[in-house]
Amino acid sequence: MTRSKAVIQVSEIVEPMSLIDLCRISGCSAEWILELIDEGILEPVDEDHPGARFDSSSITIIRRVQRLQGDLRINLPGIAVVLSLVDENARLKRRLHQFEDTLPVVIRMPANDR
Amino acid sequence: MEYRDYYKILDIERDATQDQIKKAYRKLVRKYHPDVNTGPDAAEVEQKFKDVGEAYEVLQDPEKRAAYDRLGKTWQEGEAFRPPPDWDDGFEFSGGGYTQADPDQFGAFFDELFSRRGGFDQTAGPRPAFHASGQDHHARITIDLQEAYDGGSRDFTLRKPELDPQGHVVLRERAIRVTIPKGVSDGQHIRLSGQGAPGLGQGKPGDLFLEVTIRDKPGFHVEGRDVHMDVPITPWEAALGARVDMRTPAGKVQLTIPKHTQTGKKLRLKARGIPGKSPGNLIAVLKIVVPPTETEKARELYREMAREADFDPRVTMEG
Repeated sequence: MTRSKAVIQVSEIVEPMSLIDLCRISGCSAEWILELIDEGILEPVDEDHPGARFDSSSITIIRRVQRLQGDLRINLPGIAVVLSLVDENARLKRRLHQFEDTLPVVIRMPANDR
Repeated sequence: MEYRDYYKILDIERDATQDQIKKAYRKLVRKYHPDVNTGPDAAEVEQKFKDVGEAYEVLQDPEKRAAYDRLGKTWQEGEAFRPPPDWDDGFEFSGGGYTQADPDQFGAFFDELFSRRGGFDQTAGPRPAFHASGQDHHARITIDLQEAYDGGSRDFTLRKPELDPQGHVVLRERAIRVTIPKGVSDGQHIRLSGQGAPGLGQGKPGDLFLEVTIRDKPGFHVEGRDVHMDVPITPWEAALGARVDMRTPAGKVQLTIPKHTQTGKKLRLKARGIPGKSPGNLIAVLKIVVPPTETEKARELYREMAREADFDPRVTMEG
C-alpha cells in the first residue's frame, strides 16, 4: 500500500434531486424507486411537483432497503415496517438519553438540603 | 494477526451441518444487522455483524471450510496466528463459493487465508476501447454541531484499488482533507466530485458521497434543521421574568424569559438553528435549577417564601 500527502478537497451539500439523478447515484431503476414510493418507504420532497424531487436522505434509505433485502431477505412491505420501527426506536432512545442527561440535576438538589 | 474461531463466532459446534451453519448465520444476521441496531453500541454491533459475515463466508463453502478446518482445533479465538506453510495445498479456491458480501469488510485473518486467491479480481486487467464512468462511493461522517453551523474540515483516508504497471491490482491509500460546507444537517449528504472509483478507459471517475451525522452533545438535540438547547434558569428568573445572555452555537443571544415560567417551556429563536437557505430555529428549553441552600440566610428566605406564598403544587393530585 502506498501513501501520499493530504489533498484539500472541497465538498458541496447535495441538494434535493430529480428521480433520474437519484437513480444514477443509487444505481437503481426508476421502476423500483417508484415501488418504494408506493410502499411509503420513500417520500419525495414535493409530491405534486411534476419532476418529483428527493432529499439526499433518500440515498441513505435506498441503501438501507438494499441491505435489508440482501442480508435478511425481507420483502418491501416488511422493510417498510422494519424501517419505521427502527426509526421510532432510535427516536425513543434519543429521548430517553435526553431524560437521563437532565435527571441528575433534578435529583441532586434535595440531597444538598440535608 | 489473530486467529479467528469462526465456529465460536457463529456459536456452533465444529461438526455442525451446512444447514445448521446457515440457520446460525441467519439468526445472528437478524440480531446484529446494522440497519436494525441504533444507539450508543451501534459500532460494536456492526463489528459483530462483520465478524458473522466473515465466518459465514468461510463456513458456508465446503472447500473453504475444509481448508480452514485443516488449520486444526487447537487454536483459540484471538490467539496470535500465522498460517503454516502449504496449509492450503490441494485447495484451489477457484472463484465460486463466495457470497455477495464485500470482502473489504473482512479482517486480516480472512485476508491472509482467502482473499488473494482468485475469485475477487476477475475485473482486473485493461480493457481497451471500453469507457465507463466510475462507481460512486458512499461513506459516513460524524461532525459536531458547531461544525454544522460554521463548516469545518476532516481528514480522510481513501483506499482505492488501482492497477500497477504490471497490471496487478494494488490498494492505494490516499489522504484527503474534506472541507465540510456550512449549514449541513443531520442525514444530509455531501458530495466530493471525482473521488469515487476511477472510470474505465476515458470514463469519468465516480463521486464520493458522505452521509452526515451530527454528534449528540449533552443539553442539545437536533431535529432536521431545528436545534433544541437546554437553558438552565434560576427560580427567581422563572418567577419574575428576566433577560439572560446565553451562548448558543449561533453566537451570543439575549433571551427574554417571561414571568411564571415552568420547566420545559420552549422559546423559539427564529433562524438561529442550522443555517441554510431555509435556516432552522433554535429552541431554548428552559429548565429551572434549584440553588443549593447552604447558608442559614438562604434557608430563611425559603421559609419566608413558604409562609408568604399560598401555593400547593400537589393540589390537583388525588389521595
